[in-house]
Amino acid sequence: MADLEIRDLRVAVEGNEILKGVNLAVNKGEIHALMGPNGSGKSTLAYALMGHPFYEITGGEVWFKGQNILELEPDERARLGLFLAFQYPQEIPGVTVSKFLRAAVNARRQAMGLEPYGPYEFGLILNEKMERLRIDPSFAFRALNEGFSGGEKKRMEILQMSLLEPEMAVLDETDSGLDIDALRIVADGVNSLVGPNMGVLVITHYQRLLNYIQPHFVHVLMDGRIVRSGGPELALELEARGYDWLRAELESTATA
Amino acid sequence: MEETKVLETLRDDYAERYGFRDEATYLYETPRGLSRRVVEEISAIKNEPEWMRQFRLRAYEIFLKKPMPTWGADLSGVDFDRIVYYARPTDRPARSWDEVPEYIKRTFERLGIPEAERKFLAGVEAQYDSESVYSNVREDLARMGVIFCSTDEAVQKYPDLVREYIGTVVSIADNKFAALNSAVWSGGTFIYVPPGVRVEYPLQAYFRINREAMGQFERTLIIADEGAFVHYVEGCTAPIYTEDSLHAAVVEIIVKRGARVRYTTIQNWSNNVYNLVTKRAFAYEEATMEWVDCNIGSKVTMKYPAVYLLGRGAHGEVLSMAFAGDGQHQDTGAKMIHRAPYTTSLVQSKSISKGTGRASYRGLLKVYPGAEHVKANVSCDALLLHDVSRTDTYPTMEIQEQNVHIGHEATVSKVGDEQIFYLMSRGLSEEEAITMIVNGFIEPIVKELPMEYAVEMNRLIALEMEGSVG
Repeated sequence: MADLEIRDLRVAVEGNEILKGVNLAVNKGEIHALMGPNGSGKSTLAYALMGHPFYEITGGEVWFKGQNILELEPDERARLGLFLAFQYPQEIPGVTVSKFLRAAVNARRQAMGLEPYGPYEFGLILNEKMERLRIDPSFAFRALNEGFSGGEKKRMEILQMSLLEPEMAVLDETDSGLDIDALRIVADGVNSLVGPNMGVLVITHYQRLLNYIQPHFVHVLMDGRIVRSGGPELALELEARGYDWLRAELESTATA
Repeated sequence: MEETKVLETLRDDYAERYGFRDEATYLYETPRGLSRRVVEEISAIKNEPEWMRQFRLRAYEIFLKKPMPTWGADLSGVDFDRIVYYARPTDRPARSWDEVPEYIKRTFERLGIPEAERKFLAGVEAQYDSESVYSNVREDLARMGVIFCSTDEAVQKYPDLVREYIGTVVSIADNKFAALNSAVWSGGTFIYVPPGVRVEYPLQAYFRINREAMGQFERTLIIADEGAFVHYVEGCTAPIYTEDSLHAAVVEIIVKRGARVRYTTIQNWSNNVYNLVTKRAFAYEEATMEWVDCNIGSKVTMKYPAVYLLGRGAHGEVLSMAFAGDGQHQDTGAKMIHRAPYTTSLVQSKSISKGTGRASYRGLLKVYPGAEHVKANVSCDALLLHDVSRTDTYPTMEIQEQNVHIGHEATVSKVGDEQIFYLMSRGLSEEEAITMIVNGFIEPIVKELPMEYAVEMNRLIALEMEGSVG
């Protein structure tokens, strides 16, 4: 079994089935890209994996570290080592980045049977990680995401990922709203974390991000199903030709 | 730095920490109910001068005539005949912990008072039911002429000062509960800071109701002479009983020219205490008065700290936080009365309603004719945790001068599902997530507290949030 295995996952939102049986396997050390046109269910998959209560699971299983995580609360999934970088990170007024991050990191450490970090020790670690992502140290004392620009919020997501050291990370449209410099910084951050201990599922509408984060596998989601999987060349083909040819091809196969 | 500690102590129990009661023996207590005789007895026990006895009796007559206020919270549960108006645990306040009776000492030790005094306070006063049981101020401050003692002691030792100021800021006829307090008051803090003296560390009073159906009526009077500074902090707790208690304090503060007083309250009464308090300050030329008012406990609180800005350039602030848990009504607010030109004021109120709790903001902003160039700003934010939670805002503005800048804003929000999910996706439980959002919401107020109290406040909120999920 793969490190993360999605089997025939079906998800509905307000009674409408959005995911109609998704199968996907991601191992640590692998980068998978999930592409697809708007409305194909990409973000639904991201939220459903993390356990957002708005998304109703109507069928299937998601296996991670020997458990069907669909039975777990979002925080339990997180402490197990699953991470979601949000497309639209929430603002939490009055809660500083450093206070929040230490609570989150310590929750994960305690779940792993490790000693929680004290404030001083954690401050040093945070500083170092921030420096690497070229985030100004003053951000540690600002309220989480409050008044941050789009790019700052995305960098904050990657900072969280680097501190939480997940085993499986899902990046939901992390490239949206980023200019080219911010994109490069974010991609560098992701690349520096990718290794034998982490698998990544990059969800993106455009191929652009994949110039910087190079996937081993590319999957196309359409109408709630993965309709094609391939290597990096598939992303380039989609970039060059759009999604319509694929749709047309699928329809002709279906009617044939 | 303390959030982990807060989360670790989430399982602490209010009853364990604050709700315990002592089997106290009282040297003296009045029978339940109020009469002229009870008022006279209280005065006699305290061996008061005639002017104070008259002050009490006049106030008692007014109390009888004044109607119960009906414009605010529901006070129908207040039964004046069931209350014990005076209970004396010891015969005089001790100067060292060794002299404090053992059971009372245990109480305050459990509440962390002596430790706090050693660590970061310039002086401590502890009141147990009606009387002050301990009072101490650092010697260097005493040498500079700073007076810090119970108001009873001040009546005996500094009668001229007390007589000059008591009842001048809050008149005995101000409202029914101010009249009641004036008739039966006991304990409370008296502070005098001489001209130009700055008290760098906070002075603290701790108020504890121990007896069931007790009425605590402390009377606090603070005078900051010209250019002086003092920060006073008060904390309150009580055990949980089936019969309701009443806390009706009066606080009067005189902030003279160029002086500054900060008055911080952390009110954490048990949920069977009616907390009906009149707090008011007079701020003269270039003076600054700041109320930092945190209300977590009680059954009903009605409290609207006021600043009368009487001298040119005076500044007033009320920073308040109210947490209304299940069945609680926090009816709180602020009054800013601008009577002089170039006066400024700031009101920032944050309330949280949980379960069937109700938080009301009730405020008055008044600018008198001729008070030109006034700048005043009022902002109140309410946070609702559940569908049945309730909040109301009653802001009153009476602006009788054209040349002024007035700002007002009010927001109501619910703890967002998306915010909770976001924090949970990082490994925090739902309860921890909501607690973090709530603590963030009140952070602008909590950051004004001395660090030790800020930590305590976050912890209290965590306790209140326990079991709020599901």
